[in-house]
Amino acid sequence: MELKGKRVIALGERDGIQGDSIASVARSAGAEVVLEVTHCFV
Amino acid sequence: MDARSVVIKGAKNFLAHTPGLVRHGSRPSRDIAGDSGVVEVIGERLRTFEEAGAYAPNRAYLGGLTPDELSRLDRPWYALGGDFERSQRYGRIMPEDEFYGVMKMMDDFDLLWLDQGFSRRVAESLAEKGGWTAEQLGKLESGVSAEQVAGQLGEGAGNLPMYLRGGELIGVMNAAHRQDASLFADVLLENLACKAAAVMAVKVLLEDLDLDPLSFPYILNSGEEAVGDRYQRGGGNLAKAIGKECGLVNSTGSDVKAFCTGPNHAVLLGAALISSGIFERLIVVGGCSLAKLGMKYQGHVRKGMPILEDVLAGSAILMERNCGVGPVLRLDSVGKHDVGAGGAQPAILAELVSKPLERLGLAYSDVDKYATEMHNPEVTEPAGSGNVPELNYKLIAALAVRGGQLERHEMPEFVSRHGMPGFSPTQGHIASAIPFMPHAVEGLSTGSLNRVMFLAKGSLFLGRMTQMSDGLSFIIEPND
Repeated sequence: MELKGKRVIALGERDGIQGDSIASVARSAGAEVVLEVTHCFV
Repeated sequence: MDARSVVIKGAKNFLAHTPGLVRHGSRPSRDIAGDSGVVEVIGERLRTFEEAGAYAPNRAYLGGLTPDELSRLDRPWYALGGDFERSQRYGRIMPEDEFYGVMKMMDDFDLLWLDQGFSRRVAESLAEKGGWTAEQLGKLESGVSAEQVAGQLGEGAGNLPMYLRGGELIGVMNAAHRQDASLFADVLLENLACKAAAVMAVKVLLEDLDLDPLSFPYILNSGEEAVGDRYQRGGGNLAKAIGKECGLVNSTGSDVKAFCTGPNHAVLLGAALISSGIFERLIVVGGCSLAKLGMKYQGHVRKGMPILEDVLAGSAILMERNCGVGPVLRLDSVGKHDVGAGGAQPAILAELVSKPLERLGLAYSDVDKYATEMHNPEVTEPAGSGNVPELNYKLIAALAVRGGQLERHEMPEFVSRHGMPGFSPTQGHIASAIPFMPHAVEGLSTGSLNRVMFLAKGSLFLGRMTQMSDGLSFIIEPND
């Protein structure tokens, strides 16, 4: 998927992949991160 | 013997089975506000005290089973039944009527009003078991009438009804202020329950290990509840309130806040206070998280299961200067998740596991057991939250493979040998590593274990002040 120029919502999970990690990857691929959140489900 | 050396002398856990309070958990209470029919849906799935007491993960939490024994039991564990004792090897379980009584005894501001008949009945039961002062039991003597309870529950009063599992109304939790959200009834109920569970954990520790309450100079509370008012929300020091109720009159204390990493930070700070010579001994305690009651009830209802998040938990740890008894906390073993470490799970576990092992010249397999996030998978999986401890063990095994210490095909065996099934109630900080502490203390004292690592993680991002996580680890070993 081409992320350059796209807007991304990064929804992460504590024991999986966290929001800031997803956001970093998306930004490095040229996307604009409009929201990054990590949740804890335990 | 190193004069700076610190031991974990003992540890005890506590459970209160509180099905009547499930409706006041955060998730259920929000759903009930939108649909009053949810009360009935929840009511049909609440367990009896006997069912909760016999539940294998609860017995593992209290020492009736080892985690390895639990791993050999077929699931679903909730269908197994069985016998149980209220007092077990590493702790006790209490039914809800008595726990309401303990909350009332802990209530210095007459916030919790209990029906007079109920209150007297509970007073008799608690007095019979002993361990309470006349002043504490005196708070249960009078009680209020059913009319007074009803009068406090009028629309807009902001007070909360207190029920038993079967729907019997036995009291009311009153707000302490009409405008201060920090003193609303729901917040005060959480705080009072946390205090009561923590007091019970400390009392079990004192009574079962025959400790002199007067011998303690300090207590560290690691619970997450934000005790305070509008001007100092979360101001805290529940530790001192807990100490007072347990007769620790020569102690003071403080709270350590770090989400679910709190208990590990508290153990580390406790070790520093002892190692420095400031104190000879102290207690680290954590009370319950009432907000998490019924957090995943929807998943349990959907699967036709009982609602398993029906217990409040507490944990207490006795730390002392090393006089030759009890496993030693290695002061050189601390692993910490630094600000600059990054938030990816492999990065967090590399900080908490790989770095300290490397520094100590140890292999991953040199740690007999890793005590990590010990959440019971039977609670989390039906809600789609996965098997949290297993995920952590797989990541540790993967780090061992990456470090060239393990072959990829050996990972399942590593997970089985060095991990354990989650057996802790999903009670926030309580589930992070410390449920295994009593098991570790015994195993390291009797020789069945040689080294245990405790690693905890905290979700700092939930407070919206940072995107970061947290984590802290340490190793305990047998005394020389």
